[in-house]
Amino acid sequence: MIRLGDIAYARSGDKGAAANIGVIARRQSDYPLLLRVLTTAVVADFFKDLRPSNVRRYELPNLGALNFVLSDVLDGGGSVSLRLDAQGKTLGQALLEMKLDVPNE
Amino acid sequence: MRCVRIGNAAGFWGDDPDAPATLLRGAPDLQYLTLDYLAEVSMSILAGQMQRDPTKGFAGDFLDVMQSIAPLLREGRRVKIITNAGGLNPTGCATQCAKILHAAGCKTFRIGVVQGDDVLPEIRAHAKSEAFAHLETAQPISTVADQLVTANAYLGAEPIAQALRQGADIVITGRVADPSLTVAPAIAEFGWKSDDYTRIAGATVAGHLIECGTQATGGISTDWLAIPDPAHIGFPIAEVYEDGSCVITKPPGTGGQVSEQTIKEQLIYEIGDPAAYLSPDATVSFLSLAVREDATDRVRVSGALGKAPPTTYKVSATYRAGFRATGLITITGRDAQAKARKCGEIVLQRLGEAGSPPQRANVECIGEDQRVLLRISVADPRRQVLEKFRRLIAPLITAGPQGVTGYADIPRPQVREVFGYWPTLIARDRVQWTVSVMES
Repeated sequence: MIRLGDIAYARSGDKGAAANIGVIARRQSDYPLLLRVLTTAVVADFFKDLRPSNVRRYELPNLGALNFVLSDVLDGGGSVSLRLDAQGKTLGQALLEMKLDVPNE
Repeated sequence: MRCVRIGNAAGFWGDDPDAPATLLRGAPDLQYLTLDYLAEVSMSILAGQMQRDPTKGFAGDFLDVMQSIAPLLREGRRVKIITNAGGLNPTGCATQCAKILHAAGCKTFRIGVVQGDDVLPEIRAHAKSEAFAHLETAQPISTVADQLVTANAYLGAEPIAQALRQGADIVITGRVADPSLTVAPAIAEFGWKSDDYTRIAGATVAGHLIECGTQATGGISTDWLAIPDPAHIGFPIAEVYEDGSCVITKPPGTGGQVSEQTIKEQLIYEIGDPAAYLSPDATVSFLSLAVREDATDRVRVSGALGKAPPTTYKVSATYRAGFRATGLITITGRDAQAKARKCGEIVLQRLGEAGSPPQRANVECIGEDQRVLLRISVADPRRQVLEKFRRLIAPLITAGPQGVTGYADIPRPQVREVFGYWPTLIARDRVQWTVSVMES
């Protein structure tokens, strides 16, 4: 088992009441692995406590990156949100803790 | 190939006040300095300030910045400054800026002012209709018509470029798209036509990369602990080339890092569809970008593709949405999580018994095992509910569980007004921007 953070780095932020999480392969050769394991269903399940109304995945093969947009996960976002993380800044590193059933090198 | 050097020394309102002077000293060949102050709901805060004092309504921090760099300008340092610090009152901001430069003994300066982003009258006139629907929820603006506070269109680079062409040394705007602060000098320097979308797309990417300041140079990086000398993190510089490509770098001798990683992290920051990054200057595709480390702390970004921008401007409107307050208290020791949860329940229970329960409430117990920060956040349209709430935390010091502590550092919760964010679109021909250049 490895953690996603072993093969990728990430950054997240807000888009209104939605959040985006960019996940980027540390090595381009691991991009196909990201593509395979980080499906919208897996990401939606990982953040199920935030009850996303929709999860979209965009592929950036040129950067070895995936961009996820999670709708309605910020309790309204901006100054409306009552959450500690009103802007989704914590979601990227949270996702990097995901365990992947991939053999260690 | 010709290039223009554009730095950013303020990524948001509240960023390091010393950064502009530090950047100017560290990068003697910098031609343009951009300073970004406006977040999505900043305008509503400025509206409150302007209501109390009509000469306010702009980002006052910018004046402190001008004070701090005035000695450099007086000594003859040539650099042009582009900022959205004008907020709701760019003219007022420019007037104060001119006073500061004059008092500091700076010679003649031309200050350009961009106006016309304020579309509140236009939106108010149609606020009872189905128009100006919320971009995400599609609700009509009539739902918040009576609570509207501000509405500003994100203007593009063209008015700023026009001010620069008219000789402005400083350009002060209200709401403009953040990357446009960087696109404008490239347009002005290279004489790009407004439909040269591919090159404008490249400059837009450069602007996107530096608009959040140190987020491009190692700030909030996944591997932040390995970033060198973060105490002296350098602010970013974009060298924008005539073909639209750019190199992102930072002043020599500063901390932080510009690497393939820090640039890729910032490229995907707060974007939606990477095939259609929308700005008022071009619709940009990130799918053909190439990111390459040219040298230490120099990363080349090329290959952006551009198409015509939307025929609409994006608008950020804000509306009054009641009040909120947040209480914090630390709970330690055995069963700290359970104790914290119970404290949260007690506060909300007592608030309900005192009148009516708040419209919204959120309790978070942050931490593990024996050290928990209890955070209770409450919102309601009635201010008195919040006034009651803010007095219910302190009693836990003596009536709550053993292990309540940390209260001396935390003030009683402050009641703040909530401003809702209403993103919408407006046809370009309904927005009339103007540029004026005044001599200081």
